[in-house]
Parts: sequence; structure tokens; C-alpha cells
Amino acid sequence: MKKRSHPLLGIHSYLMLAFIYMPILIIIIYSFNSARLSGNWEGFTLDWYTSLFQNRHVREALMNSLTIAITSTVVSTMLGTAAALALRDLRGKKRSGMNGLLYLPVIIPDIIMGLSLLVMFSQLNMPLGKTTVMIAHITFSLSYVYVVVTARLSGMGKQLEEAAQDLGATPWQTFRHVTLPQIAPGIISGALIAFTLSLDDFMVSFFVAGPSSTTLPIYIYAQVKRGISPEINALCTLLILVSITLILLSQYILNRGNNDKKHKTLPI
Amino acid sequence: MRNSRFLLPPVLLWLSLFLVIPMLIVVGISFLSRDTLGRVVFEFNLEGYRTFFDPLYLGIYWDTLVLSLLTTVICLLVSYPLAYYIANASPRVQTWGLVLITIPFWINFLIRTYAWVLLLRTQGVVNSALLWLGWIDEPIQMLYTYGAVLMGMVYNFIPFMVLPIYVALEQMDKRLLDAASDLGASRWKAFLHVTLPQSKSGIMTGAVLVYVSTSGMFVVTDILGGAKSTMISNIIQTQFLGARNWPFGAALSVIFVVTSLILILLFNRAMQARHQRVGEGRA
Repeated sequence: MKKRSHPLLGIHSYLMLAFIYMPILIIIIYSFNSARLSGNWEGFTLDWYTSLFQNRHVREALMNSLTIAITSTVVSTMLGTAAALALRDLRGKKRSGMNGLLYLPVIIPDIIMGLSLLVMFSQLNMPLGKTTVMIAHITFSLSYVYVVVTARLSGMGKQLEEAAQDLGATPWQTFRHVTLPQIAPGIISGALIAFTLSLDDFMVSFFVAGPSSTTLPIYIYAQVKRGISPEINALCTLLILVSITLILLSQYILNRGNNDKKHKTLPI
Repeated sequence: MRNSRFLLPPVLLWLSLFLVIPMLIVVGISFLSRDTLGRVVFEFNLEGYRTFFDPLYLGIYWDTLVLSLLTTVICLLVSYPLAYYIANASPRVQTWGLVLITIPFWINFLIRTYAWVLLLRTQGVVNSALLWLGWIDEPIQMLYTYGAVLMGMVYNFIPFMVLPIYVALEQMDKRLLDAASDLGASRWKAFLHVTLPQSKSGIMTGAVLVYVSTSGMFVVTDILGGAKSTMISNIIQTQFLGARNWPFGAALSVIFVVTSLILILLFNRAMQARHQRVGEGRA
């Protein structure tokens, strides 16, 4: 094959990658810098991490974030998977209509979603707190689960399920022993994405969180507005690492699932 | 058939209750009035929309459009070569390139924006470096400027532009380029007449994604911008969380969503029209 890229293109691309990653690296490096305010490097320290774990507000925000993320992951994974399974049986206009509705949370700007939920909760006199944040997170997460599981479902035929039914399996048995094992990687990967989205969300939570339900991103925002602090660098570093780990894990499971599928369908 | 009967209703109910109805309420409130305490009153009123035509808010609205367009254009200019490079690289480089472009997607944009505070502030990395190099004698004010906001926006949305363009370029039939070169077209000409038109759908998707995301991103102006860089989304946020003028905030939200939709449609049509013209020209 002929080489099609100009060397300048390569240089540009590596510079772009450096541009994308440099600010993130700066946060990570600064989280280990013993200087409190100046931009200079004054030696390595882990102090900011220890003071972070001793900070009561951070621990509270972490607990809130985890409670919300776990609940919204469980519910949105169930709803998203149910939607993916249900839509497989729909045809025509009904299907495209439902599909559009399920993509809506991805398309709508976060700010609009946040404020419209705020408006509704306050019209219903629902106090803002962890529950309202959970509801909001479930609403946008279920779309992502739906997308991932649908992709997985479309990759598998219906033959196995039909065979199971012909052999006398009940719909539940078919689902439990045939469908579920095949789409499991999609469900797990979708759940990990939902968890990450919930843990990371700021925009929507900002509108529907109350004083008792400060999440980590909301805490970070409040601190950043006040000025920079080395503890925030440490907190950001931890959040960056957690997000990247979860997403890589989700991709790994999805890919491994794909290989498994090849191996599994052949012997049967 | 059998599955959808009991699997569909929960999702349908959930999305109606927490997505469709809330948005309809916002549209409704944009036509209502409020009492002296800021509570919404059921009385038809166009005050919210009228307030929008105040020169102050029209000005902010114009600034938002300009900032979003500027961000989109810069993103396109810097992302296209990158997407092109990845799409034409070896499979291994492609995989790694994609992973590296996707990772920032999953890092909180609040954190990515905050990073620029560390870089641009008076005692920040950039100023320290410039001072050390002796290029400047005293720190330059970079944070809380228009440039900082633009930088933050472009930085946050580069992946939104790279990925769709990459997908379009990757799907392109590469034999077309061989054909072009066999027919005597220079590399540049082949790019202009073959590659660029083929990647139009990617450019379009990327531009729409960046544009729509930028105009809703009040956090970047909030953190990196000074008092002067206010976007319409900052005003919306204040109306709902601070000033409590919900009808006005709702009216602004409706205007915001409707203009985004109109722009997307116009852009779509423009691309299609161009596509047809090119097609006719060839025939």
C-alpha cells in the first residue's frame, strides 16, 4: 500500500495528543507537589492525599456519589436491558419511535435535562436530595445501557433461542439459559458505563441535588470556584484514574465477550 | 411480541415521567407568569420571551452563537488532520489512536476545564515557563479572558470532532484514491475532490455535536471566563438556581433548543444541497 500521510500530519497528530493529555498530566503531577500555592515544583509529597481522606466533606461526598452511582447503575441497567430486549420484538414505526425516545437523553443538552427535572420536582413538592439525583442519573444512564445491549443483541441471531423453544424451554428458561449468557458482556459493560457516567456527572446533578446530597463533582466545582487547592488536584487525580479504569474494563469485557461468542456458537 | 408486552411499559413510563413530561412543563412555564416571590402563576404571559429581546440578552445570545461557531471551526481545523492521520495509519496505530482519543471522553469535563486554571493562572504553568525562558518579564493575564474560554471549549470538544470524521474516513473506499491518482490527480486534488466530499457526513456530525455541546456548557465560562464572558446557558442557569425567574429561564431554554434544532436542520440541508450540486456537476 502506498504511504498516504504527509510527515507534517504525523507531527500534528502527536502534538495534538500531547495537547490533549498535557493538562490532565499537569493535574496529576501537581497533586504530588508540596507547594501549596505557587506553580513551582517544591518536592514530592503525599500530604494532599492524606488530608483528602481526613476531610469529612470529601468522605461525605464520596459516600453520596457511591450510593447514587450504585443505585442508578442497578436500576438503569435493568431498564436499559429491558428496553433493548423489548425493542428487538418491535417493527416499523413503533420501533423507530421508541428508539428515538431512548436516544433522547443522549441528545438533549444536560442543562435542559437538569433544569426540566428541577422544575418538575419542585412542582411536585419533592425535596431535592439523593433520590432526585438518582432519578436523574437513571434517566440518562439507561440510554447508554440500551445502546450497548442493543449492539450486542443485533450481533446474535435468534436461532439459538428458537432452538431452545423448539426443544420445549419456557420463555423464562430460554431467557435465563440462552439469551442472558449471550448478552451478559453487553449488560456488564453497559453497567460499568452507567456507573462511570453517574460518578462523573456534574451538570444534571447540579440542578437536582440538595444541600444534603453533594456529590464529588459538585464538591469539586464548589472548591474550584473558591480557588485552587492541592487537595482538589489529588481528588481529581483519583477520579481520573477510577473513570479510566472502569471504562477500559468495560471495553475489555465487551471485546472478550465478542471472542467468546465466536467460540461458543460454533460447537452448537 | 411476547417480550415487549411486559418489558416495554416500565421504560416507557420512566422516560415519559422523567424526560418528556418535565420538558413539556418547561415549555408550559415559558408562557406563564410569576408572582412577587418568584413562584410560577397559572396566567398566560409572554413576558419571558419579551425579556429575551432586551438588547442585553440579545447581545449575550449573539456572543453565544459566535463562541459556539468559533469553537466548532477551530475544532474542525485541528481535528481533521488528526482524524485523517489515524484513519490512514497502520491497524495498530489506529487502535491506539482511537483509545487515546476516547479516554478524555470519560474524564470529567469539570476536571478537564479545571486543568486549564492550573495552566493559565498568573502563577500557573504557562506563565512560569514563559518567565523562566525569559520571554516575558511579568506574568500575563490569561485566565478569565475570552481566549481562555475558547481554549477550554476547544479542548473539551476535540474528541467530539475527531471521532465522527475518523469513522467517515475509515469507511471510505480507499480504491477511489488509487483511481484518482491513476487518472493523474495530484495528492492535493485527490484529497479535495475525493476524500473531503467523502468525509462530509463525519464533518457534519462532528460540527453539530461540538456546536450543540458548546452552547450548553456554562461551566467553562463559569470557571475560565471573567465577568464579561457570559453565555446564554449561564443566564439560564442563574434564572433557575439564583434569580428564580422561571418563566424567563424556561423561555430562554425553549429558544436555545429551538435555535439548535433549526441550525442542525439548515446545516443538514446545506450539506445535502451541496452534495446534489457536486453530483450534477460530475454528471
